[in-house]
This record gives sequence, structure tokens and C-alpha cells, in this order.
Amino acid sequence: MKQNIKHHLTDSILMGYAAGTLPEAFNLMVATHVSLCNECRARLEGFEAVGGEMLDQPASNEVAMDAGSLAATLSLIAGGAQDEIRVPRVSGSSVLPGPLQDYVGGDLDAIQWRGIGMGVKQAILPTSKDASARLLFIPAGAAMPDHGHKGLEMTMVLQGAFQDEDDYFSRGDVEVADSDTHHTPVADIHEDCICLAVTDAPLQFQGLLPKIAQRFARI
Amino acid sequence: MQDNSGARMLWVDHMIRIRDHQDQAAFADLFGHFAPRVKGFLMKSGADASLAEECAQEVLATCWHKAHMFDPTRASVATWIFTIARNRKIDVLRKQRRPEPEDLGWGPEQEPDQADVMALQQESEQLGQAIAELPPAQRELIEKAYFGDLSHSEIAEQTGLPLGTIKSRIRLALERLRHAMK
Repeated sequence: MKQNIKHHLTDSILMGYAAGTLPEAFNLMVATHVSLCNECRARLEGFEAVGGEMLDQPASNEVAMDAGSLAATLSLIAGGAQDEIRVPRVSGSSVLPGPLQDYVGGDLDAIQWRGIGMGVKQAILPTSKDASARLLFIPAGAAMPDHGHKGLEMTMVLQGAFQDEDDYFSRGDVEVADSDTHHTPVADIHEDCICLAVTDAPLQFQGLLPKIAQRFARI
Repeated sequence: MQDNSGARMLWVDHMIRIRDHQDQAAFADLFGHFAPRVKGFLMKSGADASLAEECAQEVLATCWHKAHMFDPTRASVATWIFTIARNRKIDVLRKQRRPEPEDLGWGPEQEPDQADVMALQQESEQLGQAIAELPPAQRELIEKAYFGDLSHSEIAEQTGLPLGTIKSRIRLALERLRHAMK
């Protein structure tokens, strides 16, 4: 597979996925990006290997099992497999990688968009409350409203492309923004842009009117 | 079998015996080594002793049932068990859905090349050595990041170190690990 991804996930996020300490919305971002990015897949496997070796370090983290534990486990085994073995998902040429299709409940046509003004639409995905995930639709050539951030926000392009003050992002690229970032992404003129955006804090729109809209639209 | 990848190759061999012969003696060895570690990991992540005991049993039972899915050209046995334990932690302790990347379809359909297995297991050994040789302060932070169920900012709260220091220490530790792997 040809890969043109230039903007990748950070070490801190990949390590958090490997360790199992991220909010669900961030895990969804990692799973979606890694589905498209072999480089980050390899880095993630590296962080999982660090976890494995931490587990295997001599005597550091052992807690003795109860008496009869092995026998109990063998009878658990005799009772058969508990969790079903997942059927690997292959999304083929779809805009939505497999992990996102699981959350949308289908492909592009299953997304329940809601307009939030200026032709921009969003669909909030169901995740745990400590962070949020949503799909964004930005018409070709349109700008997202200027906004700052309170927490950490990651935005990944699924279709089309966008540009902010610093850089150009196309399919698979992840833009990472934090509280120091104030930017105005603009969708590329050639195609409507669809992104996955996750954040651990509500976005802050500048200006009064968008703030009121924000309360209704849950941006 | 060569130099010090011996222990890891031994666990690979145990997994193959479990997969091909449902070998209970091999499973007992694997259980004796890994179950107490998995239990410790889960307790550090916030499980009480009885929940950690129950989950550790389930994790090791999963190793038996999914033995055919273990691919020794991609992971050491310790890494594979770590990911199963981590998944169990998210399911049971954090009670979240667990999005996973699409599979590349590299499943171990045919018998893997022994040289590839050896190479991966030797790399794992090197990584283990590199971790053992980290300065204590860096190792402790990596341990907290993996086993404490803490984000970097929570580590900052617990250790009283500024967030910037923690991030740079973890980065330094990762660089040392990468360097050691070259």
C-alpha cells in the first residue's frame, strides 16, 4: 500500500494506547490512524513490546496467585472460550476505516450528520465521557470557525484535505493541537473534507454567536 | 537456540506445545511465570486483589484458547500476554469499548520462518536488557506510565514533578531504549 502520511501520532498517545490508559475517544483515533498508517502501527507495536518487557522484568511486579489458582484456570479453560474471537474487519476502499465503521454502524451513508452552520456538519460518536469523538464535514473551500482549545485535540483527515496557517493535511494525516494553538483550518477546494476529531475538552469558539451555538451543537 | 534469547524462545516453544498438544505442563509453567505478573499489573492499575486474581486467570485462559493466534515473528510471549492483560483491564476496570486497528491479515497461517522468530525474540531480549539498565528515575516513570494507569499529568500530580520534566524524562528514556536497540 502506498503511504503518503506526513503527520503522525505522538509518542505519548501511542504509549497511552499501548498501556491502555487513554480515554475511549483517543483510542478510537489511534485505532483509525493505525489502520491507515504502517509507520505508526510499527511504532505502536514497539510501545507494546516495552509493556511486555516491563511485565517480564524480574520480580518487580509479581503478586502471588491464590492457592488452587492453576486448577481453577484449567477448569475455566475446560469450560470453553469466553470472549468470541473477533472477525477481522477489512474496510477495503471505504472512506471510513474499520474501527470507525464500528462506531458509525456502517459506512459513509450511515453517518447521521447535523448541520452546525456555514455548511459544516458534524456527527458525535458514542464514547466514554472523559473525551469526545466526532466526524466533521467541511464543504470544499470552506473554513472552520476560528477556535482555541482547552485540552488536547487531534484531527485526522479521512477524505479531501485541509490547510491551516502552518501545514497541509490529507488522508491519514493527524493534526495535533493543544491550548496554545489558535488556528483556522480551511478545506481544500477540490473536494469536501471529512475528518475525525477527538478532544478531551470542549472546543472554544471565539465570538459571542458561536458560543451560543456551541451550547446547542455540543462542539 | 542462541545466546540469551533462550528464555524467550522457551516461552515460544511453550506456546507451540499448548497450541499443538494442549500441553498442560507447558501451560502450568507459563501460568507460574506470567499469572503473578499479570495480577500485579492489574492491581497497580486499580483492581482489588480478588478482581485481579479473577482477571489474571481469565487472561491466562485466553492464552490457551487463542494460542493459535500468537505470532512469534511479531511479538514475544510477554508482549502478547501484556496486550491481552491490557485489553482485559480496559474491558473490566475501565468498562470502555475498545477500538482496535484493522487487521493486516498477517495471521500466522503457515508455520513462521524460524530465523524471523529468532530475530524478533532476540530484539525483545535486547529491549528487556535496555529497560533493566535505565536509570531508576526514568524506569520508574515508564513503569508508572504503563502500570499505574496514569496519564502524564496524573504522574505529575503523584510525583510532584512538573509535567515538562516528566515528558522530557520519558522521551529521554525512549531515546535510550531506541539507541540500545540499534
